[in-house]
Amino acid sequence: MSHRDTFLHLSVIAVLFAAFFVLPAYHSGSLARIMVLAIYAMGYNLAFGYTGLLSLGHALFFAAGMYGLGLTMQLGGWAAIPAFALALVASLVVAGVVGVLALRTRGVGFMIVTLMFAQAGYLTALYFVQYTRGDEGFVIDQAARAIGPADLSSEAGRYFAALFLFAVTLLVIGALVRAPFGRTLIAIRENEARATMLGYDVQRLKWIALVVSGTISGAAGAAYALLFGYAGASFAGVQYSIFPLLYVLLGGAGTTLGPLIGAIFMFYLIDLSSGITNAYMLIAGVVLVLLTMFLPHGILGTLRKRALPWLP
Amino acid sequence: MEFGPHLMLAMLEGAVTAAILALTAMGLSVVFGVMRVVNVAHGEFYMLGAVIAWFVAATLGTHPAVGFVAALVIAPLLVGALASLADVLILQRINYDPERTIVATIGLLYILQQGTLMTFGPDARPVEPPFNHRLALPWVEWGEQGLALYWPWGLSITSYKLFVIVAAAAILGALWLFMTRTRAGLVMRATQQDSNMARAFGIPVARVYALVFGLGAALAAMGAVLIVPIQQAHYLMGHDPLLLSFIVVIIGGLGSLPGTIIAAILIGMSDGIISVFFSPTLAKILATLAVAMVLVFRPQGLLGKKAA
Repeated sequence: MSHRDTFLHLSVIAVLFAAFFVLPAYHSGSLARIMVLAIYAMGYNLAFGYTGLLSLGHALFFAAGMYGLGLTMQLGGWAAIPAFALALVASLVVAGVVGVLALRTRGVGFMIVTLMFAQAGYLTALYFVQYTRGDEGFVIDQAARAIGPADLSSEAGRYFAALFLFAVTLLVIGALVRAPFGRTLIAIRENEARATMLGYDVQRLKWIALVVSGTISGAAGAAYALLFGYAGASFAGVQYSIFPLLYVLLGGAGTTLGPLIGAIFMFYLIDLSSGITNAYMLIAGVVLVLLTMFLPHGILGTLRKRALPWLP
Repeated sequence: MEFGPHLMLAMLEGAVTAAILALTAMGLSVVFGVMRVVNVAHGEFYMLGAVIAWFVAATLGTHPAVGFVAALVIAPLLVGALASLADVLILQRINYDPERTIVATIGLLYILQQGTLMTFGPDARPVEPPFNHRLALPWVEWGEQGLALYWPWGLSITSYKLFVIVAAAAILGALWLFMTRTRAGLVMRATQQDSNMARAFGIPVARVYALVFGLGAALAAMGAVLIVPIQQAHYLMGHDPLLLSFIVVIIGGLGSLPGTIIAAILIGMSDGIISVFFSPTLAKILATLAVAMVLVFRPQGLLGKKAA
């Protein structure tokens, strides 16, 4: 069973590897962005899809990673690797603190508390405008965006760096959700009272899930800043908390590949519609409403229910 | 200006904010109280009220007062009808499942906001107030002849702003009479206390829900019609009222109507005062963090009763 999962994940990674050589430059550029967003959505999925924690504030963790890397590189002159490590620590700490407080609430309360924390984070980014340059954001020097000889601002460098991070995240999450830890998270999602009664420390497990989820989201934010050379407060806004929810719901909550599928679909849907109208978020709204009404399990979730029960 | 007159000016501006906020937040609170539903699209109903007010005033094109009165009737009706429709078409079909409702209303938020962007456009548009006299206000000073009144430069309010405060209070009073003195209000309160029991007594709960959802949106639209002669109509204007309404409803205690009004006055006044003396962004950061902390440590709100 587990071999089949690993095989599936490795073939997806292989297809993405081959895609760079097949696709025209425009689409491989888009795909690099999609993979980073998919990492973000995979992080989100661990909290929402597997543990049942519907957060509306993950942009806070994404932005913690983004500014953690962006500010240290731009203002502190750090190299890419230590800046990335610091970004991970920053999002881990933010997720840890938010988790301790927000997990005292549940359900709707949890949604609103995470939304409020993320809003406070967004406003903080606006408040320190002399460092963050607010909504306008700042560009990270192209020369600094390299690891050793690998230039991450080049097309190939960017694509394979995104793919590497995506592959690591996918394999780690694939292993995590099959491990007893992941199984327990699903048990908490399905019936928290029963999990408590069976003797699991539900509160601690939820906190760990949220911290891992927030750190992965932070890694995505840091990767976004590093690969695309830009950090701005708009990435800390409500919209960027909604996007991973949208990707995960569309692709299938609680499936390992759902976030990628959802990110690909939504990215191209928005990309195509923004060519026609500037009101492209309309599409996101319509998709959200239709999903909740007609396809609550998402694409892969429905597929798993109907045809492929083994799908990870 | 000296500190005293400055503070009074800040309090007057705060009172206007508080009046509008009380109306808007009351809409959110009524919906949550009766239906136990968190409506994230509430701010967009507010925005629609303002946009429709502009549309009505621009179409009629007569005296500003005629357009304003027409807007005050038409905008809440249209917005309320739209909200009821959304309730029947979307929320009833997903059975008001709390989490799915939030996701669906997020979708509704973007549909309304971006639909307005496509039709109304990205510009902010003004609506003329029906009347607008500048009223200079006096301030007391300890002068040579003891206490004396004088008129500090800049300490003034417009008659329209005073009207907003009075009108908001009147609408809230009418709502209170409606909830406590009419049969429809009784049915609403019965549904709020126990929807299953209400259904057993033959109350058409689905229809009550649709009407309550419409009423909540209409209250937001009324607030917006009142504010639009002071602020302009813009497709993104629903964001701040949504956040502030959330804050008010949570601080006041989810579903507690008197709590909502007290919290609206508290938040509106302090928002006005803090924004005058400190950075508005800092004021908002502190307010959002305060709300998060209230939810974490006192989830029933400051005045709410413990949830059953």
